[in-house]
Amino acid sequence: MTTLIEVPDVEPGTAAPKSKSAPGGGLGKYIVIRFFLIIPTIFILVTLVFFLMRVIGDPITASQGGRLPPDVLAQRIHDAGYDRPILVQYFEYLGQLITGNFGTTITDRRPVVEMLTTFGAATLELSINALLVALLVGIPLGLIAAQRRDKTTDAFLRCFAILCYATPVFFSGLLLKLTFSVWLGWLPVAGRVSTRTELAMGGLANPSGIYWLDALRSGNFAALGDVMSHAVLPAVALGLLTAGVFLRLVRTNVIGTLGKDYVEAGRSRGVSEYRLLTKHAYKPALIPIITVMGLQIALMLGGAVLTETTFEWKGLGYQLVQYLNARDFVAVQGIVVLLAVIVAVTNFVVDIVAALIDPRVRY
Amino acid sequence: MSSTAFTGPKESLFLRLPVVSHLRKSVGLQRGMLIAGVALSATFLLATVLAPILAPYGYSQLSDASGAFPTQQAPSAKHLFGTTVGGYDVLSRVLWGSQTAVTVIIVSVAMSLFLGVALGLLSGYFGGWLDRILVVIADAIYAFPTLLLAIVISIAISRGQSSFWGGILSCAFSITVVFVPQYFRVIRAETIRLKAEPFVESAMVLGASSLRIIGRHIFKNATRTLPLMFTLNASEAILTLAGLGFLGFGIEPTSAAEWGFDLNKALSDASSGIWWTGVFPGMAIVLTVLGLTLVGESINDLNDPRIRGRKRAGGAPAAAPSAPSEAGTV
Repeated sequence: MTTLIEVPDVEPGTAAPKSKSAPGGGLGKYIVIRFFLIIPTIFILVTLVFFLMRVIGDPITASQGGRLPPDVLAQRIHDAGYDRPILVQYFEYLGQLITGNFGTTITDRRPVVEMLTTFGAATLELSINALLVALLVGIPLGLIAAQRRDKTTDAFLRCFAILCYATPVFFSGLLLKLTFSVWLGWLPVAGRVSTRTELAMGGLANPSGIYWLDALRSGNFAALGDVMSHAVLPAVALGLLTAGVFLRLVRTNVIGTLGKDYVEAGRSRGVSEYRLLTKHAYKPALIPIITVMGLQIALMLGGAVLTETTFEWKGLGYQLVQYLNARDFVAVQGIVVLLAVIVAVTNFVVDIVAALIDPRVRY
Repeated sequence: MSSTAFTGPKESLFLRLPVVSHLRKSVGLQRGMLIAGVALSATFLLATVLAPILAPYGYSQLSDASGAFPTQQAPSAKHLFGTTVGGYDVLSRVLWGSQTAVTVIIVSVAMSLFLGVALGLLSGYFGGWLDRILVVIADAIYAFPTLLLAIVISIAISRGQSSFWGGILSCAFSITVVFVPQYFRVIRAETIRLKAEPFVESAMVLGASSLRIIGRHIFKNATRTLPLMFTLNASEAILTLAGLGFLGFGIEPTSAAEWGFDLNKALSDASSGIWWTGVFPGMAIVLTVLGLTLVGESINDLNDPRIRGRKRAGGAPAAAPSAPSEAGTV
């Protein structure tokens, strides 16, 4: 699930093949090269998923397999065109993608684009909330741990970080539910909003699908409260996973920069430890955090599948599992292409930002 | 425990084993974390080996001589951890679950080690178009949410039918696909670095075959980080396996006990206040991953002289030539 970054090659822009680096290339060239690397990345993932989905089986067999006699089933599969040569289907699909046609989902007959925006908004909302939790918890605690290095506080915080990583979201989600929903009764068990609120917000023109935004726009503060109370537990469950990663990363990097010569020079000039931490050691330590944050977005999307299933949060991840079980390959491919684009673009942006912050990173 | 532990040339093989040598190097907090990790991992392995003896019932056993097990029963003397909605004994399933986890770890890490190391060595040593293609593919896979990849591959392999080995292999294969890029990257980077080292160049000049250079000079030097990666990937394998099981793409309960599957079934229990079906398998996952991560993390720290805590002589920081600013850290 989580591909952590403790592997020793933590360096910005690892996605670019460094073998053909041109030292004098400059930022412009770097951006162009990185940009064109997005295309093969997406292409490989689309291809991989296309063929894997065809191996998995067709939606008609998945839904009607036991019920229809074999000849009727074969006829249906033939009518739908799923028995044509796989390469023909593949190129047809690629052609559609290039023209921007994502098709219609097989199981519920919705345009894929509409499905993606509806459920994408839910996942986006969850991811933003979780990222907020992760940043608010991870960065301050990481700074504290670095400052109090090798003291009891540090030990405690490091154990907390490892615990965050060791606890799968569906288990932390279960514990949160047991504690805050069942025993204390403070927060709702699952879902994004209660039915009553959903109806109350229904009249809004052009709903964004991000519920707290819609609640704010309708000026309905009871609805906002309801939406927020639903958002807390999933955000904490998913956010803590990333918070652990941030905490460790901030700690290691700040400890690294605190040992640098210029910090040492500041220390000998009598600059206070607090000021050293906040002014000198903090900024250079942030660059790797930005790059890792990019990778974390990819991981968060994976974690979102589990979180959404745990809390019945009807977003892309929750839907993906339903579509996979129905073998609805049009829908699954749509979701996967979207995720691939998001991940590839995030990595691209992260690399560019890293290059802008630190000129040494350019290739 | 003298300081010659890591400089003496004639240590016995046992003392040079990865974890043992690290244990000797460690002090204070780091030693505590390492020992805790080793203890948790050892418990996990013991549970695996002794599951047939320790578990009071079979993993799919629904009744014994005195009749069928009650369902959703709170922990009692007969069922220490209670029973599930299906009537399984939770304690037995937790214990048997460690066997499933270990099997998947061994199969998946062995496969990804082999593939990842081989591809990384080839790619890094020969370079050229093969290298470019492999790097782009590895990056594409690496960039993708790993669990999604695992799900798709797992269905593609098992096609919904999950016998014990079918389920284990499909989980292991899907985890392998996720891990190969990681091993590939690390080994490739090391290989490229080593290729420029004088000892490799001199071997080339002497006319050693590529196979010999890769096998003898590069392989042994490029694999230093593998013990660390092994522990980290083992814990990730457990999490991926549990994630697959949780989403219903894992192993059937009649084929093997799997913690993720049990947690999935426990989710609906939670709303009605039944905690024992979820808490115990969940704790099993957390403690196992925690143990493996602590071991991996400690090894990583101890391998890095900048982070490693040092033994103090007479209260003063030991002079460490490799880490000059060590004394000044906060």
